[in-house]
Amino acid sequence: MSLFRSITATSLAKDVRLEWRSKDAINSMLFFALLVVVVFSFSFDPNAEESRQIAGGLVWVAVLFAAVVALNQTWTRELRNHVLDAYRVSPAPANSLFLSKALGNFIFVCVLEALMTPLFILFYNLRALGPGWQLIPIAVLGTWAIVVNGTFFAALSVRTRAREIMLPLLLFPISIPALLGMVEGTTAILSGQYSARFWIALLIAYDVVFTIASLFLFETVLHAE
Amino acid sequence: MKRFFPIFGAITSALLAFALYEALIAAPTEQTMGNVQRIFYYHVPSAWTAFLLFSLNFMASVQYLVRRNRSSDRLANWIVIALGVITCIVAFVVKLPDGIEPSSVASTGIAAVGIYFLIRKYFAGDKLDAFAVSTAEVGVVFCTVVLVTGPLWARPVWGIWWTWDIRLTTTFVLWLIYVSYLLLRRFSNGSQTAVIASALAIFGALDVPLVYFSIWFFPTQHPQPVIGDGGSIDPRMLRVLLLNWVAFLCFALLLCWARYRLEVLRREVDETLALESLLDPRSSR
Repeated sequence: MSLFRSITATSLAKDVRLEWRSKDAINSMLFFALLVVVVFSFSFDPNAEESRQIAGGLVWVAVLFAAVVALNQTWTRELRNHVLDAYRVSPAPANSLFLSKALGNFIFVCVLEALMTPLFILFYNLRALGPGWQLIPIAVLGTWAIVVNGTFFAALSVRTRAREIMLPLLLFPISIPALLGMVEGTTAILSGQYSARFWIALLIAYDVVFTIASLFLFETVLHAE
Repeated sequence: MKRFFPIFGAITSALLAFALYEALIAAPTEQTMGNVQRIFYYHVPSAWTAFLLFSLNFMASVQYLVRRNRSSDRLANWIVIALGVITCIVAFVVKLPDGIEPSSVASTGIAAVGIYFLIRKYFAGDKLDAFAVSTAEVGVVFCTVVLVTGPLWARPVWGIWWTWDIRLTTTFVLWLIYVSYLLLRRFSNGSQTAVIASALAIFGALDVPLVYFSIWFFPTQHPQPVIGDGGSIDPRMLRVLLLNWVAFLCFALLLCWARYRLEVLRREVDETLALESLLDPRSSR
C-alpha cells in the first residue's frame, strides 16, 4: 500500500512539476475559458436576474470545454519518447498511474476554476441568493466527475487515430448526468429558489460509480493490445 | 445453419407484412388521438427491441473483458447467478411500484441470466466482439426509429416536438452513448478496438441509471405504461402490439445475424490478407 502511495505521489509530483515549468495546460485552458466567457457575454446581454438563471450553465460549459484541453495532454505527453510503453512494462500498479494523472488534472482544473470564478462574477454581475458555501462541494464533486471520466477516456482516445477529436465525443455523452447536476445545482444556489441537495447527492453517486469503474477497468485498457 | 437464413428471412418478411396490415387497418382506431396513435405499434416495439439489443451488447462487452482470464470469468458467472437470485427474491419481498408484477420482474431476471449463459456458450473471443458490434449497430438503428417516431407522434398530440422528459432524455442519451461507441470503433485500429470498446460499453451501461435518476424530478408528459395490471389498453390493440413486437424482434435478429456474418467474414478476409503478405511480401501491394 505504501508502495502504491509513493508511486502515485512521485508520478503526481512529476506531472505537477512539468506543468509548473511549462504551464502549457493551464495557460491554454485559462485563455480558452476566457474566450468562452467573452463570447458568451457578447451573445447574451443579461440583467442580474437573467444571468443568475443562465450563469450556472455558462460557467460549467466553459470549464468542461477548457478541461478537455488539459485532458487531451494527459496521455499524449507520455507518447513522446515512448514513456507510456515504459509504464506498461514497469511493475508499478496501473491504478497508481491513473490516480496520479486524475489528481493532477483535478489540481489543474481547480486552479482554472479558482481563477475563472472572479471573472465570471465580474462579467455577469453575480450574487448567490441561496447558501453560497454549497457551491464548493458542487465544484469539487463536479470537477472530479469530469476529470476522472476524462482521464479514463483520454486513455481510450489516445489509442485511436483522431485522438484530439475523440475525447470530447466520448466524454460529453457519458458526463451528461454530472453536467446536469453541476448546472442545476449551481442554478439552484444562485437563484435561491430550491435546494441543491439532490444534485449534490447525484454528483456523489456519479463520482463513486465512475471512480470505482475506472479503477477496475484502467489496467485492462492500459494493457490492451 | 446458413441454409436456415433465407427461410428465416421469408418468415420475417411475412410476419412484418401481416403486422403492418394489422397495425394500419385491422387495429381499432383510438378514441381521442385518432389514426396518429397507430405509430404506437412501431414506436414501442422499436424501443423494446433497441433496449434488448443494447443489453445484449452490454453482456457481450462484460464477457469479452472478464473472459480474458479464468478466475474473473468464474467470478463473473457466480455474480450473474447471484444477481438473478437476488432479483427473484427482491421481486417478491420488496413492495414494487403499482403496475409492476413481481412475477414479471423475476422472469426478466431469470431470462437475463439465461441469455448471459447462452451468449457465453455460443460466442467466444473474436466472435463475441463481432456479436457486440452487430448488436450495437442494429440497436442504434432501432433507437433512431424510436427517436424519429416519438416526435412525429408528439407534435399533433402534445403540440411540441420534444421535451426533456425522463424517458425521452434517457433514450436520447443512450443513443448518444452508442453512437460514440460506434465512432470509437471506427477510429481505433487493430486488436485494441475490442477491449476499449467493451470498456466504453460498460461505462455507458453504468451511465444509464444515473441519467434516469438525474431527470427524476423533471415534469413528465410521456404516457405511462398501458400494459399490465394498471393498464387500460384494448385487448385487440395489445394483440397487434405484441404481434408487431414479435415481427420487429425477428427483423432485428435477422439484421444482427446478417451483420454478424459480414463481420466474421470481414475479419477472415483481413486475416488471410495479412497472412498472405507475410508469406509472400511481393504479392501484396
